[in-house]
Amino acid sequence: MQTDTKILAHEFEYLTPNTLNEALDMLDRYQDKNAKILAGGTDLLVKMKTINLKPDYIINIKNIQEINFITYNDDGLKIGAVTSLSQVEKSKEVKAKYSALYEAIKSMAAIAVRNMGTIAGNLCNASPAADTAPPLIAYGAEVKLANKRGERAVPVEEFLTGPGKTVISSNELLTQLNIPVLDENTGSSFLKIGRVKADIAKINIAVYLERKNNVCKSCKIVFGSVAKTPIRVKGAEDILRGQQLTSDVLTKVAEKASEEIKPITDIRSTAEYRHEIAKVMVEKAVNLAWERAGD
Amino acid sequence: MKKAEIEFTVNGKKRTLFVKTNELLINVLRNDLNLTGTKYACGIGECGACTVLLEGRPVLSCLTLAVDVNGKNITTIEGISKDGFDPVQKSFLKNAAVQCGFCTPGMILMAKSLLKENPNPTEDEIRDYLRGNICRCTGYTQIIKAVKECANNHNQDK
Ligand SMILES: Cc1cc2nc3c(=O)[nH]c(=O)nc-3n(C[C@H](O)[C@H](O)[C@H](O)COP(=O)(O)OP(=O)(O)OC[C@H]3O[C@@H](n4cnc5c(N)ncnc54)[C@H](O)[C@@H]3O)c2cc1C
Ligand code: FES
Ligand code: FES
Repeated sequence: MQTDTKILAHEFEYLTPNTLNEALDMLDRYQDKNAKILAGGTDLLVKMKTINLKPDYIINIKNIQEINFITYNDDGLKIGAVTSLSQVEKSKEVKAKYSALYEAIKSMAAIAVRNMGTIAGNLCNASPAADTAPPLIAYGAEVKLANKRGERAVPVEEFLTGPGKTVISSNELLTQLNIPVLDENTGSSFLKIGRVKADIAKINIAVYLERKNNVCKSCKIVFGSVAKTPIRVKGAEDILRGQQLTSDVLTKVAEKASEEIKPITDIRSTAEYRHEIAKVMVEKAVNLAWERAGD
Repeated sequence: MKKAEIEFTVNGKKRTLFVKTNELLINVLRNDLNLTGTKYACGIGECGACTVLLEGRPVLSCLTLAVDVNGKNITTIEGISKDGFDPVQKSFLKNAAVQCGFCTPGMILMAKSLLKENPNPTEDEIRDYLRGNICRCTGYTQIIKAVKECANNHNQDK
């Protein structure tokens, strides 16, 4: 296929709703008409240039102020759909409390892309390598999906269903992201392996755990880029839960995690490498989260 | 052909244009406004040559629709200094941080944005901030040096 990244050859109708209601009306009207939502455009425009994605309507949601916010209170962290990755990265609470999310965003692309891109876009694009997905799944975050008739909340873990696939319907908009307040004595971490800094992940991991009396009370370990969607390695979590963090336990957790993932060989890496490096990453990420959880 | 009227500010000047909905900001800047300092290289967000400031923050004009900047404020390399060279430009010249010059507009806009956010960055911070901008002539050492020197001057000025 010929690609020309200098122009967008394909023509479309361009719509710019100023309110959420207007956007939901448009989505309702154009749901069967090959419409695409535009947020930062850092996935959408690349795809329109390189893989022949040809929407007939583009609905730019960036001017909707109602979904441009980031707040933190007793209810947790709430992030609007058009809030940029840079805005999230600059939030004091994210840096202080949500280490894995902070580290995931910092690892993504570079400043200009993060000034444009959004978490909602990262999730809706549904790449198995999406960097914000593992931390959000580890924290038990949920997304709010709205259409003209109402809204529903879906855990991020259930939102992603395959490469490029989510549970969102064509008349729905992801409006916001809710991340729960994290308990005391908890810690989280994110690690990623790329070819170079800022690269799309060969493999990434987020860990979130609760440490009490030097025992791991609860934990979630989530890998990206090793299956059709980011996945939890629940067998490994079971081994860690209720245990002290000895090197023996850590080795078993790592072995189990490596067995549970289902990586493929692709342009970024081989399945064999991913199985091996996964062990190292689990050990490092669990250790880091454990230290951060303190006691 | 699907077209729309847009009004936006480029380098302090209001512009009203009629553009195709699928026109990219980079091509409007270069072809319609003759602001050819903004460069096209990869077209897919990987190189930073097309960087411009949108409301003062770096974005990529190769991945921005022209219709999307309606009502907004854009600064290109041509607009960073009203008279003569900006201190960052001077530092790039002095430190031989320019070889072919293709990456330079993007590098300078990134450096300006970094120094605004963080007037005295460390070398690691400079490298991290500029990591999305590729220099094919591999003048990175000089580029980092140029930014660093600006940072220090910046502080002495105050
Ligand atoms: C150079 C470069 C480097 C990158 N590096 C990384 C990286 O390191 N890690 C990584 O994970 N990603 C990376 N990306 C991918 C991309 O930047 C991210 O996925 C980004 O978060 C996408 O957000 P966006 O707002 O730009 O999405 P858009 O491109 O605007 O949208 C993406 C998709 O989601 C849909 N969508 C967007 N918002 C909504 C919504 N609110 N409701 C419903 N649907 C919606 C769109 O219709 C589209 O299909 C990179 C991209 C580039 C160009
Ligand atoms: S031309 Fe825009 S990033 Fe390379
Ligand atoms: S000076 Fe030639 S690309 Fe940087």
